[in-house]
Amino acid sequence: MEAHTESNHQTGYSTYIVVWLTLVGLTILTVSSSSFELGAITLAVAMLIAVIKSSLVVNIFMHIKFDNKIFLVFIGVAVMILLVCFLFTAVDVFFR
Amino acid sequence: MSIYGSEPVQSVSNGEITIDNHAEHHEHVHRDDFGSKMGMWLFLLTEIVLFGGLFILYMAYRFQFANEFHNAARELNKGIGTLNTIILLTSSLTMVLSIVALQKRKKQFSMFLIALTIAFAACFMVNKYFEWSAKIEHGIYPNSPTLLDKEKGEIIFFGLYYSMTGLHGIHVLVGMILLSVVFFKIKNNVINPDKFVLLDNSGLYWHLVDLIWIFLFPLFYLIH
Repeated sequence: MEAHTESNHQTGYSTYIVVWLTLVGLTILTVSSSSFELGAITLAVAMLIAVIKSSLVVNIFMHIKFDNKIFLVFIGVAVMILLVCFLFTAVDVFFR
Repeated sequence: MSIYGSEPVQSVSNGEITIDNHAEHHEHVHRDDFGSKMGMWLFLLTEIVLFGGLFILYMAYRFQFANEFHNAARELNKGIGTLNTIILLTSSLTMVLSIVALQKRKKQFSMFLIALTIAFAACFMVNKYFEWSAKIEHGIYPNSPTLLDKEKGEIIFFGLYYSMTGLHGIHVLVGMILLSVVFFKIKNNVINPDKFVLLDNSGLYWHLVDLIWIFLFPLFYLIH
């Protein structure tokens, strides 16, 4: 069926090289931002950059963007469950 | 209607599925690339949950011992951490390019890129070896007298450091073995441009190892 042809999606070398350069750039950004005293938001900035980096890896390197959408649902459910665990633990730790 | 190429004719007799592809004369074994990939993703999700549990532990202790974590992280070498991050990102690139190369029917180049990925993984482990050796030389290893003299939060920091980067290191080693197997399978044409789901799945595994490091790196090396 036509709907599934994207699972055989072929991307050239160049797209991946651009993504790789972006990832290296973001790594340099996260390392240099850690030298500034940003106080409480240091962790938030580092995590934000890590989330951007991982979404690039998952979407492009792991082909989730081009693959069958069921894999995206899989990951979404797993990440949601993990976030709920994080949230409940954080609430417990904070307000104990 | 098949996702991957022409659909072979299936017939069920005596509970056994035989697949007969009329276009070719040789025997056809049952093959389900989509199922293989789905199985791989399910496995990767269990890996995310495994590391996720450790990250939750990290979060809870970091809030409890914010200052101790801050001080303990000074012992870690930011330079080696950054270098290892870039090495792993680059190995992810060579991994994904080897799949493109095989799809373009450039077998030799694909094998070269797999070998390069394994070499980067080896570099990562060598750096890790030097990093851990330096720590151990300074007397910082689980249950060491020097470490036990430190504050409770710092002991926990190094406990998490050794267990999380250690578990990640084991994954890198497993990845190297897996990619070596893939290398020889490409060489023997078991993995070929028409059938490369094992290469695809090994790639997914390798990117997951990279993904975990993307979070480990700032949480351990960049908090001071």
